Amino acid sequence: MRKVLDFIIEKIIFICGTVSIIFVILIFSFLFKEGFSFFKDFGVLKFIGGHFWYPSSDHASFGILPLIVGSVFVTIGACAIAVPIGVMTALFISEIVPKGIRDILKSLVELMAAIPSVVIGFIGMITLVPLVKSIFNLPTGLTAFSGSIMLAFMAIPTIVTISEDAIRSVPWQYKQGALALGATKWQTLRRIILKAAMPGIIAAVMLGIGRVIGETMAVMMITGNAAHIPHSIFEPVRTMTATIAAEMGETVRGGMHYRSLFAIGLVLFLITFLINFVADLFLGKNKNT
Amino acid sequence: MIKLNPKLSQKFSYTLLCFAAILAIAPVILMVFIIIKNGASAISWEFLSSMPKSGMCVGGILPAILGTLSIVSCAIVVTLPVGVCAAIYLNEYAKDNMLTRIIKLAIVNLAGVPSVVYGLFGLGIFVMFLKLGVSIIAGALTLSIMELPVIITTARSSLGSVPYSFREASLSLGVSRWQTIRHVVLPNAIPGILTGAILSIARISGETAPILFTAAAFYVPHLPRSIFDQVMALPYHLYIISTQIPNMPKNIIYGTALVLLMMVLTMSCIAIFARIYFRKRRKW
Repeated sequence: MRKVLDFIIEKIIFICGTVSIIFVILIFSFLFKEGFSFFKDFGVLKFIGGHFWYPSSDHASFGILPLIVGSVFVTIGACAIAVPIGVMTALFISEIVPKGIRDILKSLVELMAAIPSVVIGFIGMITLVPLVKSIFNLPTGLTAFSGSIMLAFMAIPTIVTISEDAIRSVPWQYKQGALALGATKWQTLRRIILKAAMPGIIAAVMLGIGRVIGETMAVMMITGNAAHIPHSIFEPVRTMTATIAAEMGETVRGGMHYRSLFAIGLVLFLITFLINFVADLFLGKNKNT
Repeated sequence: MIKLNPKLSQKFSYTLLCFAAILAIAPVILMVFIIIKNGASAISWEFLSSMPKSGMCVGGILPAILGTLSIVSCAIVVTLPVGVCAAIYLNEYAKDNMLTRIIKLAIVNLAGVPSVVYGLFGLGIFVMFLKLGVSIIAGALTLSIMELPVIITTARSSLGSVPYSFREASLSLGVSRWQTIRHVVLPNAIPGILTGAILSIARISGETAPILFTAAAFYVPHLPRSIFDQVMALPYHLYIISTQIPNMPKNIIYGTALVLLMMVLTMSCIAIFARIYFRKRRKW
């Protein structure tokens, strides 16, 4: 009896183990099903390279180039802020502060990661947006620049946590060796530890980028949602994620517009899949050293 | 180029790193402070326990709070057992073969899928294909898939931290593999698994994009009655009142943000303290 029970339970555990593969395939096939039928009607190249996103006009045009450029602008801006600050913070937390303070700072960073994106978006709207408007003397503060700043705060916890892990997993012999040769702590940190931890830090940055590209609510609230190709980061932009979130509610189920949003979802899925795949390769490399 | 004295350059760099850390953490503390300062005046028993009135400009946020609680509790009930079983499989049974590598890759990628794409998927499969409609259960299932990789990863690391000798001792007594896991490994891993679960609950309570098209409603005049009801949810409610309704009284928006923030931060704090407590008490 017990043997039968064990057998059944072990089968259940096996099924649960494979469930994540099933979901990845399911997500992909659902996006692909709707997206593909859209591509057949509209054309992939016109979709990816089209300059105009007019989904609900009489001559509907579904070019997502402005949305891609919007996402890229916001992402590059956020990374320019979050990467240096995040990596430096990780170095500070893991190598400089004493252990007691380190635990407090790590918990704080973890709490930062828990703040919901709507709350970040709301605070950005109230504080940062008017500030950006008055400092740079712009017609509106809802710009890619404001979005980048708020998103940087969402990427920083990811970058700090994973870089910190990578820095701490550098074998202690490296550090001792450098110090024994007479290098100062900072020289050791910069030339030895940072280099040894590099694959992990690159992975951390990639995962941070993944987080920023996929962010929805905060960008929708702060970046102004204008679907045109921007000339500078001080203009309103609209990202791919915000387009899906903002327009899904007003589409006709199964219609062209509805399926075009799934096609955007498919593009996003493929981008993040690639980013995570590469980040995972770097993380694996880090473990081998 | 002037060559700096190594000691001086160390001092300079350390100051720079310290400055970066302040720049990373201080603004977020400031954000929390702003919300607490402006939102505290709106919080009252009436605000927490009554229905919104006259276009949500007066009254409370009870339906939104209850809506979020019901979606999140359904989601965790679904995702926790599946996630823990998956972690048990990966940590205790899986061999180092192709299948295991694919599973790990799938988990990594599930963790990276943007939340709004989960929303699309939930709309496609639960709302449309399975015809659950826009409902608590559709939103909860969407969130549970989204949270699965996190649960698996934390559960796996707490299973992995149970020393191998515990298993050997039990197996050498002739106890079967599942019995060993059930009576030796799991009890020792429970604190870690629960901490991970609480952190996940905190995280999904604040998620908006996945429930946007699967569960959330602009306004529902009654409290949630069954899992097939559309509900108001706290994060979606905050989004609505801060962007869609003009002339919304500011203190109600701040108050809603404060309630959401406190819900999430309190749970995260509980999880972090529990982890520190259990780590100290661990005997191995």
